Amino acid sequence: MEKPLDLIIESLLFASNKPLGVSEIHRCLPDVAPSDIKAALTDLQAAYDGMDRSFRLKEVAGGYQIRTQSAYAPYVLKMLKSSPSRLSRAALETLAIIAYKQPVIRQEIEQLRGVDAGGILRTLLEKDLIRVMGRKTIPGRPLIYGTTKRFLEVFDLKDLESLPKLKEFKDFGSGDETAVHMPEGDGQVGKPPQQEAEQVLLFPEDGEGPEA
Amino acid sequence: MDYEVKLEIFEGPLDLLLHLIHKNEVDIFDIPITTITDQYLAYLDMMKALNISVAGDFLVMAATLIHIKSKMLLPGSDEDEEEDPRDEITRPLLEYMRIKDIAQELSEREILGRDVFSRQDASWEDPEPEAEGPSLDVSLFQLIDAFRQIMEKTQPGSMSMNFRHEKWSIKEKARLILSLLRECPEMLFDEIFKGDREVPEFIVTFLALLELVHIGLVKVFQTSYKSRDIRLTANFDINGTEAFDEDLPLSTTNGSTHGETAGSDY
Repeated sequence: MEKPLDLIIESLLFASNKPLGVSEIHRCLPDVAPSDIKAALTDLQAAYDGMDRSFRLKEVAGGYQIRTQSAYAPYVLKMLKSSPSRLSRAALETLAIIAYKQPVIRQEIEQLRGVDAGGILRTLLEKDLIRVMGRKTIPGRPLIYGTTKRFLEVFDLKDLESLPKLKEFKDFGSGDETAVHMPEGDGQVGKPPQQEAEQVLLFPEDGEGPEA
Repeated sequence: MDYEVKLEIFEGPLDLLLHLIHKNEVDIFDIPITTITDQYLAYLDMMKALNISVAGDFLVMAATLIHIKSKMLLPGSDEDEEEDPRDEITRPLLEYMRIKDIAQELSEREILGRDVFSRQDASWEDPEPEAEGPSLDVSLFQLIDAFRQIMEKTQPGSMSMNFRHEKWSIKEKARLILSLLRECPEMLFDEIFKGDREVPEFIVTFLALLELVHIGLVKVFQTSYKSRDIRLTANFDINGTEAFDEDLPLSTTNGSTHGETAGSDY
């Protein structure tokens, strides 16, 4: 190889308009082992951090992407002549429900927020933050929603597992915590792991112990 | 005369309940049901008084609250065994609080197109940020709350109002707010009511503000979660030559008795 690996990868990252995964880079550099690519990426990350530049190499949505640092947002926005993109609080809440409860149907979303979700779901679909994953095999065959890769990109997430951990309700004082979630599950301490994984994909539980 | 203002209120009954619980600084596990129910109903009245259409969800919750309140008044037959009737709202409220927490955390992340940027794909926003509707970073309840406080301060007494004749028009008031903002692009919510004397005048000013927010000329926001100050800011070129004289695209036309609803596209 004529050029240093990390610089070749840097050029790809620099020119790419989407996060590049190790496998995509490997496709361009079939002779280089994926593990070497991964190592070079880590080196690049450390190098950028050390250089104190206005950008960083971030790991998002299963790939790597060069992104400006937030301190420079005002300048970039000026250059782009745009105002920062925002989601309404309602949209964020709906998105949060979908992210944590996916696969989820509209009725469950509406139950949790106590209001109609139709308009917001449309907006989120248009913004490509959520997608229809299929239909639930219950009467009415409602659509099932989940988040997209775009969601991970926008919210600076490596993968769904890196969603912020759910806070327990200890902060709210003396409460009866079994009342907080899975009200029917009161009797059983251990949850059927399979069902949990299916229904509530992403309650990250590591380090927190059993949830209820 | 009737002004009907319809705003897209994404916020449902749970939002209103949480707002009341925070405002009263009460424990969610021990909700003073009478106080909260009364205040909840007072808000619905307030919204009706402003002709904000109250969604069915709000009424269902009102019924639930009254039902719980009546249950609480009955002497419990077996207090140890019986479930607290308030659980019916505590449980969904806790779930909802958790969702709000997560939403908050999500919004604090380094968001692409807001905080951080990548090549080409500068942002995930629409070309026109207005396309999704005006930004109302302050919830409608907070706004109504602030309005109610002003009314109480300046017009102690009843909230009843009669529009006998047209003394003030929304258009006029809207223009006034815009001219104030031209002088001072950022101001406190209270300041737009400075010149107002009578109840209907206050309300017309308030409605004018809602209209301006709706058409995207004014933004309403709070500087922080903690701060109670609601601020307005100009969302147009204050040095611009646009006069907004005749062509304010207000949906509530001056003088019409049944103003077109503001949010007709919703």
